[in-house]
Amino acid sequence: MVFGEKEVLKDINLQIMRGEIFALVGPSGSGKTTFLRLLNFFERPEKGNLEFNGMETSGIINIRRRMSLLFQTPAIFNKSVFENVAYGLKVRGIDKKTIEKKVSEALDIVGLSGLGNQKARTLSGGEAQRMAFARAIVYDPEILLLDEPTANLDPANVMKIEEIIKRIRKERETTILLATHNIPQVRRIADRVGILINGELIEVNTKNAIFKNPGDNRSEAFLKGEMIY
Amino acid sequence: MSSADFLVHGLIKAFELIFSLNPYILSITGVSIKVSGTATILAALTAIPLSFALAFLNFRGKQAVITLINTGMGLPPVFVGLFIFVMLVPAGPLGFADIIFTPSAMILAQYILVTPIITGISLSAIKAVPKSIIETVYTLGGSRKDAIIAALSEARFGIITAILAGLGRALSEVGAILIVGGNIAETGSIGGIGEGLSKTRTLTTAITSETSKGGDFSTPIALGIILITLNLSVNLLANYFQRRD
Repeated sequence: MVFGEKEVLKDINLQIMRGEIFALVGPSGSGKTTFLRLLNFFERPEKGNLEFNGMETSGIINIRRRMSLLFQTPAIFNKSVFENVAYGLKVRGIDKKTIEKKVSEALDIVGLSGLGNQKARTLSGGEAQRMAFARAIVYDPEILLLDEPTANLDPANVMKIEEIIKRIRKERETTILLATHNIPQVRRIADRVGILINGELIEVNTKNAIFKNPGDNRSEAFLKGEMIY
Repeated sequence: MSSADFLVHGLIKAFELIFSLNPYILSITGVSIKVSGTATILAALTAIPLSFALAFLNFRGKQAVITLINTGMGLPPVFVGLFIFVMLVPAGPLGFADIIFTPSAMILAQYILVTPIITGISLSAIKAVPKSIIETVYTLGGSRKDAIIAALSEARFGIITAILAGLGRALSEVGAILIVGGNIAETGSIGGIGEGLSKTRTLTTAITSETSKGGDFSTPIALGIILITLNLSVNLLANYFQRRD
């Protein structure tokens, strides 16, 4: 993946397992966001391919509709909370009754029940991120791509978001790819971890293995917070 | 009569003309609203799709169209009037249409003046919609059509403001409609003022002709009060929508 003359991602070969929480960690500017955007078809790789359930991805909208990308700073439509959360269902042509039921469930999961009629742009930062979460999960995506979902939040909201991530995986078996540089968060919720530094995926392993016995000096330095970048 | 008396007398008589619903004044106001309103509606129907095409599509000559629109936003009305006049006179290329000195010619002139204004302001409003909103539409499974609808929804107050700015410009414009409309009223006089009912006489063109007559200024003052009230109402509406944005 090349932007201008800068190679942002280099020969990445990665398999994400169904139903796992995979944490993609690395310093700011390491290429985490670009990688998620690539998976969600906002960027195209110069070479290589993306496979979904073993199939080469073609027909972007059909594959894209089976996943969801949550941005670090959520973009909020100038509408009510209900209409924001219902958006993904509406564009899929789902009937009104089902939309009401699913939106209500999603708002319940993120702890925003009763706020459906509120103007979404009046929510606090933490509430807005949780609303964006509800909007991303309301249509039961098979894959949830999360780009630093707690980067701008206070500890209480960080805990709430982490609880939501764990709950969604448990109840819906959603595959979750979490891009973050928050190491304690990775310890708390990830199953497997990939370390991305300067666009290079230098190591992939289970959480326990990678924290106990990092296979690369750069991984060790980053995980211990000793990497200067 | 002192200068203060002269003004007060003019104002009192002007309000009398307005509140007595003088047919001459009413017919002029009606022509103004009809011409500027129709021109603004037609311009909006062209400008809004055009601004979306410019925001969302890539095509050859796009930059040239944007330059043309930016130039059009500051077009001198008398130039537009002259251009349309030359096109519509019997010897002109569009002379067969036989609409010179009719409200249709005035609508055409104002359409040309107002379309770039609504397009330019709408385009700015659409471009101000954050890219992240459009990307959110796509990531939630929306199509390009959904993205355009979302942009329209997000930019709606800006687009309404653009239409109102166009209407304000049309209502206060005088040069173009004076040339192509001819400022015509029926012969005769109604209620002791002006001439007969307006054919192509608007608030602005009537103010120029009534003022140049000299003597009693109550008629142009009455027309001016109505014009300012209309423009103020349009601006208040525009402010309301800007605040809601």
